[in-house]
Amino acid sequence: MSRAITPRKKIMWTALAWGLGLLIFFPILWTFLTSFKSESTAISDPPVWFLFDWTTENYSAVLERSNYPLALMNSIIIAVGSTILGILIAVPAAWAMAFVPGRRTKDVLLWMLSTKMLPAIGVLYPLVLIAKYFGVMDSRILLIVILMLINLPIIVWMLYTYFREIPGEILEAARMDGASLKSEIIYVLTPMAVPGIASTILLNIILAWNEAFWTILLTTVDAAPLTKFIASFSAPEGLFYAKLSAASIMAIAPILIMGWFSQKQLVRGLTFGAVK
Amino acid sequence: MGRIQLKQVQKKFGEVEVIPPLDLEINDGEFVVFVGPSGCGKSTLLRLIAGLEDTTSGTVEIDGEDATGLPPAKRRLAMVFQSYALYPHMTVRKNIAFPMKMAKMPQAEQDKRIEAAATALNLTDYLDRRPGQLSGGQRQRVAIGRAIVREPAAFLFDEPLSNLDAALRVGMRMEISELHKKLATTMVYVTHDQVEAMTMADKIVVLHAGVIEQVGSPLDLYRAPRNKFVAGFIGSPKMNLLEGAEAAKHNARTMGIRPEHINISKTEGDWQGTVGVAEHLGSDTFMHIHGIPGCDPLTVRAGGEVDVKHGDTVYLTPQPEHVHRFDAQGLRIA
Repeated sequence: MSRAITPRKKIMWTALAWGLGLLIFFPILWTFLTSFKSESTAISDPPVWFLFDWTTENYSAVLERSNYPLALMNSIIIAVGSTILGILIAVPAAWAMAFVPGRRTKDVLLWMLSTKMLPAIGVLYPLVLIAKYFGVMDSRILLIVILMLINLPIIVWMLYTYFREIPGEILEAARMDGASLKSEIIYVLTPMAVPGIASTILLNIILAWNEAFWTILLTTVDAAPLTKFIASFSAPEGLFYAKLSAASIMAIAPILIMGWFSQKQLVRGLTFGAVK
Repeated sequence: MGRIQLKQVQKKFGEVEVIPPLDLEINDGEFVVFVGPSGCGKSTLLRLIAGLEDTTSGTVEIDGEDATGLPPAKRRLAMVFQSYALYPHMTVRKNIAFPMKMAKMPQAEQDKRIEAAATALNLTDYLDRRPGQLSGGQRQRVAIGRAIVREPAAFLFDEPLSNLDAALRVGMRMEISELHKKLATTMVYVTHDQVEAMTMADKIVVLHAGVIEQVGSPLDLYRAPRNKFVAGFIGSPKMNLLEGAEAAKHNARTMGIRPEHINISKTEGDWQGTVGVAEHLGSDTFMHIHGIPGCDPLTVRAGGEVDVKHGDTVYLTPQPEHVHRFDAQGLRIA
């Protein structure tokens, strides 16, 4: 079944798609523009679009007033650390559930997903008490472990769907072709599993990078990542829109650039392996 | 060499006995077809030979050596799967080379064999493509190519043609038969299609509920089916099986007569009936005749130009030398 697409329709849909795209992108664009304005221009009414005195003073002020390199380093360590830890735990788990499923595999998977429905605030106090008891408040290791636990269900689910796509007959074919277990894993399984693992890693880094609830509540200075860094510009001295924008741009730039370069893998990851 | 012997091989999945203990001998160079309805255990039997399933008891011998405990990789057998099971991330060349790479064969020898296989299977132009860019028939050829380069003791085929369309299937059937003539290597072939079995096999093994019903050449099975199951399964259209008075006339519980062994006349004959559906194939006409006691409808094969219509009265006479007789247990009476 193919529907006729007239040129007029095509133009209409294209315009609509671009319109929606711009609408979604607008806040980032506005933040970007505001970050180069002076504080007074930033709050001027009517707003100024492009014709203002572009200045980088906000960036210098932000860098001067706070420790951006430390926050960036914390973000990287927490996002990458929790992802690596999560992958190490999730690969064997998803592997077992995909290739040697038991009677309760489906239940376990659903139970894991159900933990995502729990309101995070509900476990805040117990976690704070535990962290205090172990003396790990405001530490990177605490956030690595917590973010790993928070995202683990999603990692396991994603990997499980990817592994399920690998047909068993191909593994049997490898065995018939004389492959040992080692060769089977190196030459057949891994190449087929790597794209799925890669998209899972990418998506999880983004999730961990953007996570704000736990990172803001459980850190003060030492382990504070970029989310906390942004938040520190909104209070308590009052709102400084231009500086807040500059801080935001600096916080989202690394992950935006990474996302841009890995779009293809990411889209595959977001569709949970449904699209081949 | 590729002689395969199954001795009292049994397979249970949990408490369910899929294959009761059976014996089977496959000689070197033979083309053996396992045929039977779905769920009869034919694929399981093949997988037991391949080593992809463990036997519950009994032994599998390959060239006189006990291979029961050997992993699939060590059995020197090659298998072609129903889904082709090509490695999607490798080119056709790498797919074909894979078993040789696993056997650590010298690169020069590998290249030589890839060339030879590609030429034989018309794959030369596709060597650098990935499986995803090939048609079903080409994928099947790659799977066969991957099997032949290793020069295995025997080939195992698990319903290799069932994913292909009808025209391609006939072509591939011929190609596999020719390959067998050329290589003279043992081939074990699983199918549910009795036409494939009849046209390709040196020896057919008819399976039903995990039990071997009969082993023999295609024509042996056609001429002298050992029991009612084989009689009904081998041959197309199916053999007519009559019970009651007609069978009693031949001193049997059940009387069997193939559609092609019944003479048809508009004036006289042993049985009188009315024509139901008539399938005109051009070369043949298959008629379903109603009103014959003990078998309704009865199928008759007549010439392509036969002049009968729905509702006509016809007279049928079975050819006495082609009547099959079965006793109360369903076994053939000699």
